[in-house]
Amino acid sequence: MRYAMAVDTKKCVGCSDCVVACQTENKVPVGYCRDWIVEVTDGTYPQLEMEIRSERCNHCENAPCVRCCPTGASHFAEGGIVLVTPNQCIGCGACIASCPYDARFPHPDGHVDKCTFCIHRIKNGLKPACAAVCPTKCIYFGDLDDPNSEVSVILKKRKSKTLIPEAGTVPHLYFLI
Amino acid sequence: MTNRRDFIRITAYGAGAFAMSGGFLQAVKAFSSPEKSGALKVDLTRTPTYCEICFWKCAGWVYKSEDGKIWKIIGNDEDQHCNGRFCPRGTGGIGMYADEDRLKTPLIRTGERGKQVFREAGWDEALEYIASRMKTIKANHGAESLALFTHGSGSSYFTPLLKAFGSENIAEPSYAQCRGPRDDAFLWTFGEEVYSPEITDIRDTKCLVLIGSHIGENMHNGQVQEMSDAIDKGATIITVDPRFSTAAGKSKYWLPIKPSTDIALLLSWIHEIIYNEYYDKKYVERYCLGFEQLREHVKTFTPEWAYGITTLAPDLIRKTAREMADASPAVIVHPGRHVTWYGDDTQRTRAIAILNALLGSWGRRGGFYRPVRITLPSHPMPEFPVPGKTWTDLFPGQYGAATGVVSNAMIDASIPGNNPGYPIKGWIVNGTNLINTIPNQANTLNAIQNLDLLVAIDTMPAEITGWADVVLPECTYLERYDTLRTGPHRKPAIALRMPATEPLYDSKPGYWIARELSKKLGLENYFPYEKQEEILDWQLKQIGSSLDEMKKTGVKTFEREADDLYYAPDEEVAFATDSGKIELYSAAFEGLGFDPLPKYTPHEEPPDGFYRLIYGRAPMHTFGRTANNAYLTDLMDENTVWINPKIAKIWDLANDQYIWLQNQDGVTSEFPIKVRITERIRWDSVYMVHGFGHAQKQMKRCYGRGASDTQLITRALVDPLMGGTGMRGNFVTIVTEKAEKEVAS
Repeated sequence: MRYAMAVDTKKCVGCSDCVVACQTENKVPVGYCRDWIVEVTDGTYPQLEMEIRSERCNHCENAPCVRCCPTGASHFAEGGIVLVTPNQCIGCGACIASCPYDARFPHPDGHVDKCTFCIHRIKNGLKPACAAVCPTKCIYFGDLDDPNSEVSVILKKRKSKTLIPEAGTVPHLYFLI
Repeated sequence: MTNRRDFIRITAYGAGAFAMSGGFLQAVKAFSSPEKSGALKVDLTRTPTYCEICFWKCAGWVYKSEDGKIWKIIGNDEDQHCNGRFCPRGTGGIGMYADEDRLKTPLIRTGERGKQVFREAGWDEALEYIASRMKTIKANHGAESLALFTHGSGSSYFTPLLKAFGSENIAEPSYAQCRGPRDDAFLWTFGEEVYSPEITDIRDTKCLVLIGSHIGENMHNGQVQEMSDAIDKGATIITVDPRFSTAAGKSKYWLPIKPSTDIALLLSWIHEIIYNEYYDKKYVERYCLGFEQLREHVKTFTPEWAYGITTLAPDLIRKTAREMADASPAVIVHPGRHVTWYGDDTQRTRAIAILNALLGSWGRRGGFYRPVRITLPSHPMPEFPVPGKTWTDLFPGQYGAATGVVSNAMIDASIPGNNPGYPIKGWIVNGTNLINTIPNQANTLNAIQNLDLLVAIDTMPAEITGWADVVLPECTYLERYDTLRTGPHRKPAIALRMPATEPLYDSKPGYWIARELSKKLGLENYFPYEKQEEILDWQLKQIGSSLDEMKKTGVKTFEREADDLYYAPDEEVAFATDSGKIELYSAAFEGLGFDPLPKYTPHEEPPDGFYRLIYGRAPMHTFGRTANNAYLTDLMDENTVWINPKIAKIWDLANDQYIWLQNQDGVTSEFPIKVRITERIRWDSVYMVHGFGHAQKQMKRCYGRGASDTQLITRALVDPLMGGTGMRGNFVTIVTEKAEKEVAS
């Protein structure tokens, strides 16, 4: 089982609903967030193009954060989900420095925090909060090993990319372009 | 960043990184519930609500944690408005409840007006104070001299209170400051407005034309969802906007029009569609009146003619007209929502209505669907007294085509120097921050200084509460019942809002406030029930449901009585216009002394060194009312002014630099605003999101953050047809250093 997410940049309007839904679902303190919006505009008026992305932890197959964690707090859970065990985390910040996607932050409770793909929800057959709330339905989630999963189907159908592939992290967060 | 590439990480961790008129809507009489009661389980951890953060009123569930605190708000899967998905504002609705800056107790002014010197009062004393002032106004000037300005659910209680008192001067700024021109234009053309949620059939459209309408930035949930569905299905989007909006980024065609010239574009599209015979001939022949006059009228309005006005290439105008024709009738030329721009807004939206009629999209799949709603029985009530005077007697002969009450007329009538037919002496203001809603703040403040009574009822302190004589703290939508939501949609439906928790502080529901005030006025027979839930239960039982059932489901959707979401082929339709036809040529307008067909009139252009001030929405905020919400402020805590790189170079501006803006009347923004240099805006305009630059210090998170567009909109271009205040005729220049900080009033 390999969980993955695909975000359709052609549909995302950058409303940040994914951010608030994650904050409330996971009780992320106000002022912090596990996912965020990036908006990139290219071109010169009036020949313009814009890409909007909902970004978060890439749940890399070759995750530098897991490799560099001195305590084992950062680890792979089922389906390749990268997690942090708060009470094993000493807050050293090595993982924050190693992440090419800037996806981790120091939680005010003293541990490092990040996206969990809402593992507590997917265990109950629910989608991650961001995917469940998105008004444009631009976030697809599922198991890459299941050819019929929503994410496998859409990745087969559409052109996609990952971020900073040259880092060799093998991300599980795809962007449909 | 360089001029050629904007890069914005919007959120980063750590840093805070109505009533329907006519016979065109069927009241549903026979009901068939999709689910029989008894089979449903009650989930004790969640209570139903519908959202009050904006007017879309999505239905959802409020979940609580084990500790009994509100945890999250999630959309109701059965709801047509949201399909189980709330927008960021609705998801962040908890922030409204949890805001520590909320109004907490009734306040009575003790100092000079506007100086915000109040004393705390009990409810009884505050209501007694209001009632006594109301009675004095009635005795001295007549009951009509009391006006109500309202927005949102509170309208359901304060409206009957005012009517019982003897005044029908009840205005929603959402009419004359927002959607009024569009509603009137469609009413006068099709005999029917476009409602809220709009009846645009976006999910099945093949071509969506947005004119200054920035769906995705205005987070009108159902429309955003359907636009996404339409993108999935390969629909063509055409966006007309001086700014490269989010929707423009999703569009096949972006028409970066010169602001204020939209009517010229619309007329040339109409010309193209008529003279190339793209229009739906059968539809026009069967349903429309005045085609020949229209044809003659647009004869010379070629794309070449429009090019000189709009700066849009003739080829682009031709291609986009063709795209619409190819998609017809599954095409929507969107009527927009906030359309009070240049003072000829009714005529502009008339041109949009006419274009839709030519394309045969009204009443057709992928165009505009036929809405239905439930009419709930009202509990028998005493008749309201008939007022001797209404708002039309304030300035007789003005705004002849208006179908709503013009809020700015009531404000103007509060100023004795304007010689109104009779004076407005008291305002009750509920759920609308008039200071930042109505253009020309000086005029509004002048009006306030002439009042005998100003009551502000709201959940949050705002500029208007600072000017009030009495402030009443209403509890938030998460702490109260409200009237059942019965708005029109594809299927008739009702939604329940019930309290998820007890009201915080000494705040009270609007129903309770209106009822208690009615007692002080001897009008309690208009509020026969002590508790609102008693009315709701009574109403629900009349239609075969109950409060208990609705508590379990939140939403109840019914089937349409007939398969009539669209007109049947060759259906005979009686439109609710004078002629019974779609009036391309408006004899009614002609009779009122207005142009029977839309004309393009040039508007004033910015003087040298000035730029047209354009404003809009951000998806995570609703007007100014969410500006202090912790969750939403975390996403966006100030607005920026969008400036084209060419202009930035002239003024030697850098990204993130704070500047002030000064308008054509010498008014300078009270607070500085951050520069955003971007290719996404024309060089003749600047853009900012509305709802920032709050001067109310009691809103601690948003005070002084960003600039207020309303402060800079001192000039209103008033629509002579219906009184709408056009707000895009203001020009600003850039001030990089402000000599002296002005003292906030």
